[in-house]
Amino acid sequence: MRERIAGGYDNFVIPFMIGIIFLLVYLFIGLIRILKHVPGEDRKRLFLSFVNPKIIIKDLRDIICDCLLHVKIFKRNILLGYMHASIAFGWFMLIVIGHIEVALFVPQRNGSLYYPVFYRFFVAEQNYTLKGAFFFFLMDFFLLIVLGGVGLAMYKRVRSIAMGMRRTTKPCFADRVALYCLWSIFPLRLLAEGFTAGISGGSFLTKPVNMLFANFFGNDLNIYPTWWAYSIALGLFFLAMPFSRYMHIPTEVLLIVMRNAGLKVTRPRKGFAEAEIYSCSSCGICLDACPMNVQKKNINYSSVYFIRFLRRHNTRKINEIADKCLMCGKCVVLCPVGVESCNIKMAQRGTVTEKLPYDYSYLQEIHAPVKEKKEKVLYFAGCMTHLTPSIIKSMQKIFEAAGEDYYFADSDGGLCCGRPLMMAGKKEAAKELIKKNSELFMASGCETIVLSCPICLRVFKEEYRLPGIKLLHHTQYIDSLIKEGRISVNKDDTSFVYHDPCELGRGCKIYDEPRNVVAALGELRHASKEKKESICCGGSVGSLTLNFDDRAKITRESIKALTVENPDKIITACPLCLKTFSDQSMVPVNDIAEAVAEKIA
Amino acid sequence: MDFGYSLSPSSRIDLDLFDRNRFNTLAEIEPDVLKCMACGSCTATCTAGKYAKNSLRSAILYLQNGQDKQALEYLKPCMLCGKCFMVCPRGINTRHLILSILKIYNNAK
Repeated sequence: MRERIAGGYDNFVIPFMIGIIFLLVYLFIGLIRILKHVPGEDRKRLFLSFVNPKIIIKDLRDIICDCLLHVKIFKRNILLGYMHASIAFGWFMLIVIGHIEVALFVPQRNGSLYYPVFYRFFVAEQNYTLKGAFFFFLMDFFLLIVLGGVGLAMYKRVRSIAMGMRRTTKPCFADRVALYCLWSIFPLRLLAEGFTAGISGGSFLTKPVNMLFANFFGNDLNIYPTWWAYSIALGLFFLAMPFSRYMHIPTEVLLIVMRNAGLKVTRPRKGFAEAEIYSCSSCGICLDACPMNVQKKNINYSSVYFIRFLRRHNTRKINEIADKCLMCGKCVVLCPVGVESCNIKMAQRGTVTEKLPYDYSYLQEIHAPVKEKKEKVLYFAGCMTHLTPSIIKSMQKIFEAAGEDYYFADSDGGLCCGRPLMMAGKKEAAKELIKKNSELFMASGCETIVLSCPICLRVFKEEYRLPGIKLLHHTQYIDSLIKEGRISVNKDDTSFVYHDPCELGRGCKIYDEPRNVVAALGELRHASKEKKESICCGGSVGSLTLNFDDRAKITRESIKALTVENPDKIITACPLCLKTFSDQSMVPVNDIAEAVAEKIA
Repeated sequence: MDFGYSLSPSSRIDLDLFDRNRFNTLAEIEPDVLKCMACGSCTATCTAGKYAKNSLRSAILYLQNGQDKQALEYLKPCMLCGKCFMVCPRGINTRHLILSILKIYNNAK
């Protein structure tokens, strides 16, 4: 191994150096900015996470799985996952091996930014020595993998459905510049290394390229132009990166570290939210996920465009999209980076609604009822359930059949749980309701709260402090009653399909219990989209501005997905879904409690 | 002039204070407000209505009469639970209407 170029420098590294130095300075300033805007206690929590071995291990695992191997995208679509992982992992390995080579064979060049990247230009080696053969083989191998990935990426631009994506995002100008640079980087690297392979050595990929071109060029004059082109492509990519979607490459690492430290979105554009915004890779998986996109005109309301407008500080558009969103959370669970766009949208709504007046002075006059006996189980139906009294009647029948000694907390109507206020961005107002409700529940002396409304359940789980009280949705409660044999149901050959309400499924991760119950009643059939991919019923209180017609279209789409296997009945577990579906569905719709109460033995 | 003989409080409107512009702004961003037929379904189902005077129906009527301050008092206890939205026979997006009224009339006289 010997240095071919004395001094280890050539002018063609200048474009690369400009790009990389600009990028590093930009990233450093960005990091400081984000840390500055994170609230003090969150910053402390972040620094503490660096000394907590448990969190460090989780950080490392997440970074390897998500940033390098892209396990989440593999789970979504194997080809899409391979495309992304081959580019990310392949490129990472090229960089790592480049540095290893420098450290092993030309240690005097350690610490140089460009030397490992242009290693093959500066160093001459024969490929029949072991170190040449081994590392050159690895380099060519990973280059081949990256080239394969780039080929797939080009194909995806033409036919994205081949990789499981019906729609992809429209790239903006900076995205295009960075994209075309990225596409040209690796073919140019192959050419550049190919042309020098006759002098510096090569392996199974670069040697044949060298021989092929040597035959009809017959000289070495192409070496400089290709190395220059390679360096310019790299430099331009780094220059365009901060303004393009590829900013997700460095930011995702920061996002993972911050998320594992337990940080939450507090402001819509600054601090943790900024890390989330720049982690968005604009991949467009949320385009297919968003239930609003049954209508083409609504595509612009997808999370990916919301984040793009946030990056551009386009307040009018940001507010419009934030208010439109149904908050069903499907884009969040499917997002390969895990950008919690719903939280950003809620924070954004807060910038407008938090200032609005409210007057909850009446809360002071509400007192916990004086009870003679202390029931262990408390039933809280929730506002929405009071509009579907059949659910309440059914639950009462089930409680009686099970011989449960229960207390119906809001038999005469109760306070709102606070979740609709949270979703409207009015966090402070919601906190008042949460505080009052918590007081009432703690005073009741119950051990379990059974809820009929998943909207309530979610906020109870996330925001309420109810030490010693177990929270159950009625699906979980009924499931446990059946399992313990406290009630028995008659199974017949009716076929059912179960609709996962957004707040119960994606919100509280309850997927199996309701299915167990339905399976005990009859035959459980599948929907075309279910569990975490289930489609919002369209009735969500999450959206502030979506009108009735647009909602009705979503409802129809959701019913279509549910009835692909022609079930006799649609079963849901949310009063809001029940009401929304009942207005539109040709197939009868029931709440799970109604279906159980009907067949109770 | 109120001599104290009437059964219900005076609903006299001071035309000097009647600011039509605000209502027009509201109707522009929420055309739904014009659809309300004052059926009272929203008020009948209202969760907050059990504890305080909260009525979207009354608020809209007050706004049409130019009594902005009274209108706001009828909306401040709202918990945005969304029941009114589910029962409205005219399909009015009540939650956003309430937020818009609060926003536009926030510093009402």
